[in-house]
Amino acid sequence: MHARRDPVAHEQGSAYSAHLDVASAASLHPAAEETLRAAYAAGYADPRRLHHDGRRARLLLDNAREAIADALGVSPGEVSFVPSGTHAVHLGLLGLARGQGALRSAPGTDGGAHLVLGAVEHSAVRYAAEWAAQTWRAAPTVSVAPVDQRGRIDRVALEALLTQQPGSVLALQAANPEVGTLQPVDEVAQAYPETAVFCDLAAAVGQVRSSQLPRLWSAAAASAHKWGGPAGVGVLLVRKGARWRSPMPADDRIDPRSIGFENIPAALGAAAALQAVLREVGEAATRRHDLIDRLRQSLSATVPDIELVGDPVDRLPHVLTFSCLYVDGEALVLELDRRGFAVSSGSACAAQTHSPSHVLEAMGVLTHGNVRVSVSTDATAAQLDAFAEAVAESVAALRAEVGL
Amino acid sequence: MTSAEPVILDCTGLRCPLPVITLAKRWGEIPTGGEVIVVADDPAAATDVAAWCRMRGEEFLGALEMAGRPAYRVRRAS
Repeated sequence: MHARRDPVAHEQGSAYSAHLDVASAASLHPAAEETLRAAYAAGYADPRRLHHDGRRARLLLDNAREAIADALGVSPGEVSFVPSGTHAVHLGLLGLARGQGALRSAPGTDGGAHLVLGAVEHSAVRYAAEWAAQTWRAAPTVSVAPVDQRGRIDRVALEALLTQQPGSVLALQAANPEVGTLQPVDEVAQAYPETAVFCDLAAAVGQVRSSQLPRLWSAAAASAHKWGGPAGVGVLLVRKGARWRSPMPADDRIDPRSIGFENIPAALGAAAALQAVLREVGEAATRRHDLIDRLRQSLSATVPDIELVGDPVDRLPHVLTFSCLYVDGEALVLELDRRGFAVSSGSACAAQTHSPSHVLEAMGVLTHGNVRVSVSTDATAAQLDAFAEAVAESVAALRAEVGL
Repeated sequence: MTSAEPVILDCTGLRCPLPVITLAKRWGEIPTGGEVIVVADDPAAATDVAAWCRMRGEEFLGALEMAGRPAYRVRRAS
């Protein structure tokens, strides 16, 4: 007889000291957990149907949309739920590309838009642009705007790219997910009013006050699992009046911008998590900003030949990235894991592609021995002090192995 | 004063961070003003040799090709 296997069984008594990788995925917020359970019972039906259960599902979907709109300071008509943050990025950027392309050509036919991407945009942005350039009949042209050593967009290079072709689409993130540097999205959008801006908000939503998020975009994207909502909920935002045309086949659902059966419980869970997170975001941001400052100082003081990466001040509150000379990134991540700390790395050896992070490359900073730390709202100074000590010891041990 | 011939470090086939480790280990032999050419086909070397120079206060003189392979020129500053 077989013992029944619990599909979510996990190791008991984990000795983890701290999970320092919340920027990859945050654990489900308790508020989302409660809402999800209730919503699976009440919101399972097809929201297009006229029967009672369908009407109730529709009401719940509208509630989720209104709650997200309210939390982000946009109008409900600007919010679409899509199956992932990546999909929201694809739809946001490529929808603007199609809108601008249509503008550049004879009525009824699409021309190719000009896309300008910041060099440190998420790979979803780069892959979407490459895909359109390679496969669309009205292929867009793609230019990449460089960044400085802190990861901030080069305004001089951007000026040249955007003034050459006034009706361009610009992809510029609110904040870089790997190094935390904030981008001057609204400043840039204001300076080039003919440019349609796509803003990837994913790294910043729920981490900073919503009033501090960029506002002058035509389309934007976010992802619920980054703020403690369930995975599989992307949020696409399209401004009223923006020139946006869906790059996907149509579907007869509630929202013409999205395709497929609506995941209403997950959308409600995402909304509940965001509301809960935002209730404490100001205090949490200040506290985490200070914790990261403290970690910056202790790492600089205790680890020789270390490079702290990204803007020290104008950054996300909870992210710190650093690189250590002569150390293999994968070995460092595994050694820190053994010592009870979960972190991620942008080094080539730690990546599935075996090439270094395009973000670190574009910034011109050391790509090997790279670690990204991202702290949750309940991280403590004691945890981060212990982490700094673990880094110092691990780096010294790994360097000793190679005779340095 | 510059020494006549640059030292060539062939790091072909070495994965990161080995090219930079090789460079650091041989650095003691290089006189002030002396040049090293690191030949490295690992894609990370392009960024990492320059970053090493910046972090260690040495001079990065640029990328070149040697026998069809990417290479990086470095000069000992002090």
